[in-house]
Amino acid sequence: MKKILFIEDEEALQKTLSEVLTQEDFKVISSLDGETGLELAKKEKPDLVLLDLILPKMNGFDVLASLKSCEETKEIPVVVMTNLENLENVERAIEAGATTYLCKAQYSLTEILEKIKRILE
Amino acid sequence: MDFKNFLESFNILGKCKRYGLSPWQCPQFLFLVMGIVIILSEFVFYFLGSYYIKDPKIVVLVISGLTGILFIIAFTIVKGFENLAESNRMKSEFINIVSHQLRAPLSNLSWTIELIMSGRLGKIEAGQLEYFKILRENNGRMKDLVSDLLTVSRLQSANLSAREKPFFIEEVTTEAIKSFSPYAKASNIEIKTNFEKNLPEIFASPEQVKMVIENLLDNAIRYTKGKGKIEVSIGKENNSVLFSIKDMGVGIPKNDQKYLFQKFFRSENAMKRQTQGSGLGLYIAKSIIENSKGKIGFASQENIGTTFWFALPINKK
Repeated sequence: MKKILFIEDEEALQKTLSEVLTQEDFKVISSLDGETGLELAKKEKPDLVLLDLILPKMNGFDVLASLKSCEETKEIPVVVMTNLENLENVERAIEAGATTYLCKAQYSLTEILEKIKRILE
Repeated sequence: MDFKNFLESFNILGKCKRYGLSPWQCPQFLFLVMGIVIILSEFVFYFLGSYYIKDPKIVVLVISGLTGILFIIAFTIVKGFENLAESNRMKSEFINIVSHQLRAPLSNLSWTIELIMSGRLGKIEAGQLEYFKILRENNGRMKDLVSDLLTVSRLQSANLSAREKPFFIEEVTTEAIKSFSPYAKASNIEIKTNFEKNLPEIFASPEQVKMVIENLLDNAIRYTKGKGKIEVSIGKENNSVLFSIKDMGVGIPKNDQKYLFQKFFRSENAMKRQTQGSGLGLYIAKSIIENSKGKIGFASQENIGTTFWFALPINKK
């Protein structure tokens, strides 16, 4: 069973996507802030990280940089999921090593699920 | 400009009121005052010159006094412009923040509705499904509106992500038509294309031009009654590539045509036919095309159809 770490401060959004992912046979671990998310990533070594950018305690860009600079976590694909869609942020995230960048408002649950499955294939 | 508009352009106090500025902060009013001061000063000089030209001290004194007055007025005018620009910036920023804040709950709502409707949480009755469809549709409308408002606010603050580069417009058009073909098919509308061969590349932002094409396609399908046909043509004209889209839709009433590219404007028959729509699509299209040094326009006849066109400059290598 593939393990997905979901770092997102919107509890409702986390609950909805986690429900679908669990039903699709993924193990979902989640965190509501960046700091705990980073600790969980190091401890649990998930197969994929879903990462929001605006997070309490530690923002998404810092989490991404830490994940990519750590030997144990640098190979884990990171999907940045946010509502900030300006090109500067997209470029910054991709340069920092994100696998892909998704604007939550533009995707349905089904589309997000498909993207996650494709990355994990 | 007709006679009524011409007369309205003199209603300076009315204009100041519309901007919410007092006359002494309003650039138009201050310009008027400055004009009057300049004309009066010319008369004063004429009379002073003819009486006191023998005593240059008085002339110097008057010139200094008038220069001071003009300087103060000019300063106040600049200040007035600054206030206008600042209030405009604050308005754009306000829309930007509100739209961003609205996005998160709207995404939550949209994903939750989708989850319930998928039946993953348990079967839902056919009667309930109808109401969930209404929820989904309205949520979609709000999301579109928020997205349009964000685009407008970014266009106004010149902050819309635009990476201009050379590209073939027919490729972007084909992509847009492909994504719209299920919608066109469901609306019983056939999309015909007529692209000239060996078209040159244009220089603009492909994402933004695609946004314009999608907007025009959406309008053409939306405002066509029953079965119909849409023709999309692309050709070269002088130093530009000309895109046009012709529909057999309801057309735009003559009286509404001059307002068509204004923000939040929706023509009378569009309102009758479709209650949806923010009235921002064409404003966004015009802003994007003009920012890319292009031109946009249309020709329309009520109950016959409308042709929208835009021209963008060819890439100069």
